[in-house]
Amino acid sequence: MMDGAHTQSGCRDAPLLKERGQREVFCGLTAIVWLHRKMQDAFFLVVGSRTCAHLLQSAAGVMIFAEPRFGTAILEETDLAGMADAQVELDREVEKLLSRRSDIRRLFLVGSCPSEVIKLDLAKAAERLSAKYNPHVNVVNFSGSGIETTFTEGEDACLAALVPELPETQDRQLIVAGALPDVVQDQMLGLLDDMGIGPVTVLPTMRADDPAAVGPNTVFALNQPFLNETHAALIRRGARHIAAPFPFGEEGTTAWLRAIANEFGVDQDTFDRVTAAPRDRARRAVAQAGATLHDKSVFLFPDSQLEIPLARFLTRECGMTATEIGQPYVHRDIVGPDMALIGDGPVFSEGQDVDKQLERARDARADLTVCGLGLANPLEAEGLTTKWAIELVFTPIHFYEQAGDLAGLFARPLRRRDLLKVDAP
Amino acid sequence: MKLSVWTYEGPPHVGAMRVATAMKGLHYVLHAPQGDTYADLLFTMIERRDRRPPVTYTTFQARDLGADTANLFKTACTEAVERFDPQAIIVGASCTAELIQDDPGGMAETMGLGIPVIPLELPSYQRKENFGADETFFQIVRTLARPTDRTGRITCNLIGATALGFRHRDDITELTGLLMEMGIEVNVTAPYDATPADITRLGAAHFNVLMYPETGEAACRWMERELGQPFTKTVPIGVGATRDFLREVAEITGLTPKIDETRLRLPWYSASVDSTYLTGKRVFLFGDGTHVAAAARIARDEMGFEVVGLGCYNREQARMIRALAKDYGVDALVTDDYLEVEARIEALAPEMILGTQMERHIGKRLGIPCAVISAPVHVQDFPARYSPQMGIEGANVIFDTWVHPLVMGLEEHLLHMFREDFEFHDDAGASHHGGKAVSASDAADPVAETAPHPPADSAAMTETADVVWHPAAEKELKRIPFFVRGKARRNTESYATERGMAEISVDTLYEAKAHFAR
Repeated sequence: MMDGAHTQSGCRDAPLLKERGQREVFCGLTAIVWLHRKMQDAFFLVVGSRTCAHLLQSAAGVMIFAEPRFGTAILEETDLAGMADAQVELDREVEKLLSRRSDIRRLFLVGSCPSEVIKLDLAKAAERLSAKYNPHVNVVNFSGSGIETTFTEGEDACLAALVPELPETQDRQLIVAGALPDVVQDQMLGLLDDMGIGPVTVLPTMRADDPAAVGPNTVFALNQPFLNETHAALIRRGARHIAAPFPFGEEGTTAWLRAIANEFGVDQDTFDRVTAAPRDRARRAVAQAGATLHDKSVFLFPDSQLEIPLARFLTRECGMTATEIGQPYVHRDIVGPDMALIGDGPVFSEGQDVDKQLERARDARADLTVCGLGLANPLEAEGLTTKWAIELVFTPIHFYEQAGDLAGLFARPLRRRDLLKVDAP
Repeated sequence: MKLSVWTYEGPPHVGAMRVATAMKGLHYVLHAPQGDTYADLLFTMIERRDRRPPVTYTTFQARDLGADTANLFKTACTEAVERFDPQAIIVGASCTAELIQDDPGGMAETMGLGIPVIPLELPSYQRKENFGADETFFQIVRTLARPTDRTGRITCNLIGATALGFRHRDDITELTGLLMEMGIEVNVTAPYDATPADITRLGAAHFNVLMYPETGEAACRWMERELGQPFTKTVPIGVGATRDFLREVAEITGLTPKIDETRLRLPWYSASVDSTYLTGKRVFLFGDGTHVAAAARIARDEMGFEVVGLGCYNREQARMIRALAKDYGVDALVTDDYLEVEARIEALAPEMILGTQMERHIGKRLGIPCAVISAPVHVQDFPARYSPQMGIEGANVIFDTWVHPLVMGLEEHLLHMFREDFEFHDDAGASHHGGKAVSASDAADPVAETAPHPPADSAAMTETADVVWHPAAEKELKRIPFFVRGKARRNTESYATERGMAEISVDTLYEAKAHFAR
């Protein structure tokens, strides 16, 4: 099924329904919730308001640690009065933080809506603080503000900020960008290694001292579709992008691996030898977990930016029909290969006017509506079945061994609705 | 600038959302950047609300700044009124929109929307969620309520219940029944379930019941002044407070206080012999001022606990809480810094915490049981069953809730007796709680392995103490039940230090025990 992919254009050039209006999405700060687990010696210091702190707490949902490796320097009335003060105050808070947390090797100063509106120069602050705390601590700035970033774009902004910091290399190598759970990342590295592809560097690195470099002989692949700025930053450093569908499901993973294997001249036998068993497992797992999804319709609200690749998985591997596929932004350079695999039919929308989109979703009455947490219960109460999108960024869903789990995530709400024999009043 | 890790309260516009979401027929147009819509999920997920909060966000982005954020607001306002057809709207700005100074209130008032427009000024960089709720409700009342004839029969308004409140839904039901027994009808409950039209009828009641000072006091004070309605000062949480409340209502109305206590069980449950083990349990209380004050009285006078510390996170109640702490002979902790609360709990080593969801996490880490008495709370604190805090049933619910996290009466005595038993030891945990039984050898120091900051009980602390523990004394200390071990260690060390002793032997341990005996 996969081999025809490069010759057909599918929905690669499909028109976009562009919407402007109220957006029901998280801001980029949310990405800190998973990034801080991935980067184990990093602290994420948001310079913002009480709202930012409240968002992080609400999105994290749980408070596992007394002192997590993220926090908010909350701007107060006095900080807003004079700029010079805010920089001094920031230095003081950083000093306090770093003196208490000697385990911190990377400090991210994360910009927020208020810090950007008052034009607090966090890039300058990062430079100044880096000079002060180097080499033990490296201080980097990126924006997670809602006026600049949507949800997963926070990870993009973080990784893009790391790229200029990477040392130069002339070596032929592969960079894979995107934070994955360790177990999934190890599976990915295992597959690449078995095909003899290497050396491989993963961005972000787990620790500050883990080696990573970039240069003109670097090729890179993305395992997350929201890494637009990272994509651009790597290209600026001379690296070349290997475009491919994203590694969701059996088909996506095979296509992603195939593109990289082709780049590294891996022969067909080797490719088949390495992928045959996990491909077969993935196919069986999807068939089993996704049986409920067959011939069902799906409507995806724009949320995590994973919507197009997931729609590709749901329509091609799980037998669903997509009515609308919304994404906060559509970058065809990155999601084009997935769009090309999606058959005609669905509306592709970019941006959001949530009330209008809700009307379309109610009209469509899809068997499954994928949306954010703010919309899920209200839509359930209207009789729609929903899958909340944030689970898709918190759960391991990439590559072969998770393909069945991914289908299962979408199937569970449908199975649940079938199971329940009492109607809500 | 102040570093914050976890927060007890959200920003003030979230308080305004709690009022708007609790009401019907009211819409909130909020000038705010993309991302601030996260607040919707507090209501749809934590409280399991089945509809979206009635909030329209302008969700401006960077490219709108300096261009037409004002127009964006006007469009959002017009469309919201058309789509949702509210009886009135409240308008305001979140923290970021406050900085760009578009004056949403002023704009909305000039738009000729044909419905009352209530502008909100909520200083995001100075105040917090409770203030936001209190101020928003006050502005709604001030704009819409007018003096009107009193109802023929004696009626009251129930004031202060909001969305996301701790057991507000059930407190309303309980109080309505309680007042009914005295022959008092409820005129309007607000903000919870009230429409703007209901707000205009507030003046018909003979008096107000201020359920939650945090979110209703400003409105009650205004109504007292402008509508001549007295309001109740006692919050009826606990047996004593409920009786006092009804006496207060009787004084205001001239009716005879009446209370049907046939379904009240707390006093007997507390007096029954199984509860002997509750005697002098050392509890620490933290939450909003109102709930902490009520809980302190219950803890001491109705459960027989010892209150070893208390505090609140909302500065608005600081004075009341300080006075209360004095009365209880403890230091008040008024802070919204979670780490300070944790440090205080660690230092006091209570046997139980009565707190918020934050203290539940602290308790989990320190191995101290915790019951929740105040917002902020999580999804499990919005139970399906009827479980008020106020009135008769509230007292029953509180007895059950507070006792549940503790090891049960006879079980505690058995733990004393068999504390080194291979399967019936401290680390095995309470038999009525989940989790698998841990054998004594596996349970070396589970807390230290999972928590980044080991509690006071760990070996590291022993080395840093001024006094040295003999191995035999250390071993003896470990035989003391875990829930009093921290206290025993501290008492023994302070006993030794006061007497200039450098070493602690088994004898020192027992001398200290005798010294501190109560």
